Amino acid sequence: MSKPILATTSLAGCFGCHMSILDIDERILELIELVEFNKSPIDDIKKFTKKCDIGLIEGGCCNSENVHVLKDFRENCKILVSLGECAIMGGLPAMRNGIPIKECLEEAYLNGPTVVGNTTGIIPNDPELPMLLDKVYPCHEVVKIDYHLPGCPPRADLIWEALVALVTGDEMKMPYEVIKFD
Amino acid sequence: MDTIIRITIDGIECMASRGQYIVEAAKENGIYIPTLCNYPGVKPKGSCRICTVKVNGKLMTACTTPVSQGMQIENNTSELNELRKAIIELLLVEGNHFCPSCEKSGFCELQALAYRFKVMVPRFPYSFPLRKVDASHPKIIKDQNRCILCKRCIRAVKDDKGRSIFAYRRRSHRVEVGVDAKLGKLLTDELAQKAMDVCPVGSIIVKEKGFAVPIGERKYDNKPIGSDIENISVSKH
Repeated sequence: MSKPILATTSLAGCFGCHMSILDIDERILELIELVEFNKSPIDDIKKFTKKCDIGLIEGGCCNSENVHVLKDFRENCKILVSLGECAIMGGLPAMRNGIPIKECLEEAYLNGPTVVGNTTGIIPNDPELPMLLDKVYPCHEVVKIDYHLPGCPPRADLIWEALVALVTGDEMKMPYEVIKFD
Repeated sequence: MDTIIRITIDGIECMASRGQYIVEAAKENGIYIPTLCNYPGVKPKGSCRICTVKVNGKLMTACTTPVSQGMQIENNTSELNELRKAIIELLLVEGNHFCPSCEKSGFCELQALAYRFKVMVPRFPYSFPLRKVDASHPKIIKDQNRCILCKRCIRAVKDDKGRSIFAYRRRSHRVEVGVDAKLGKLLTDELAQKAMDVCPVGSIIVKEKGFAVPIGERKYDNKPIGSDIENISVSKH
């Protein structure tokens, strides 16, 4: 039997959840025995080259590109897992929810106390840039998500146990200490 | 008249004192009934409904219902725990509970209940309400994003004349807890700390100090809420 294929991505996240994947330490050697990586920042494959079994999603959806990538993952992965608070509930980027997008941009590029050098008063609007959404959406409010692993970041042991459970089909071990929201 | 009566909780025979609330009777028998709006030593209110149990087949709040002879109480059943989990999830989506940036994380009872009931994701859509942080008081911050309107601060934090420092203001879905403009000026350091401790979430924060306890050593990092009650040795009457 060929190895299950794993894809990962970071949407509106800080890459902390990916760092937590690396926190499984030497078990990463076991992981590459267990699974094959496809599209992921870990092996730097930019586009899906085949259908995958498991997709790990870090971060929520704050712009049009995030939605595009998330839908691409849903199409190409049998199982999608929301990894971390941002994917599950928007996380810290969602603290802008409820504040009009115009106000956010003006604070960031015009009026904020740390703004320097923007003498022409430009708010970036190049068509190459993804459009910001009205608010940050949890992934499961955009596509169907099969499993959720909370944490900021999710503990490495939680990620490891979840991956092993998904690959082997065994029931997942969930000790109290590993399920945390921070 | 004999003040010790018999009740059963999940089929276990328990002794209780007449007039005692179910939550407290259960606690003395080493049985944990989850609570949130309830606070020891403060008149119970029964507003959060987390402590809902079945008394002789009927749903009742365990924090406000006194025990009576022969009461048959259901507590730790999948039906009740599922209802409790739904309430926790509703509270999580109703406000803005950003645990990663909250000073109370690790000490928060709402979060601890979510851990205990293994809330991986709320089943309800997030509402992301627009609420304010009031940092105008010299000693405390009142963050309305995190407030669950349990009234614990209103009921427990009083001045030496018994007047509440905190109060409800506005009405309906706009209701919020505010600091009384006049009495708030008299808030001592001790009362400010008490208010923070009484608040089950991170809605009342004492200024100029935060994140004092490292991750891994906080109250609910390693032991679930209620485990202290479940682990006490029950003295036989």
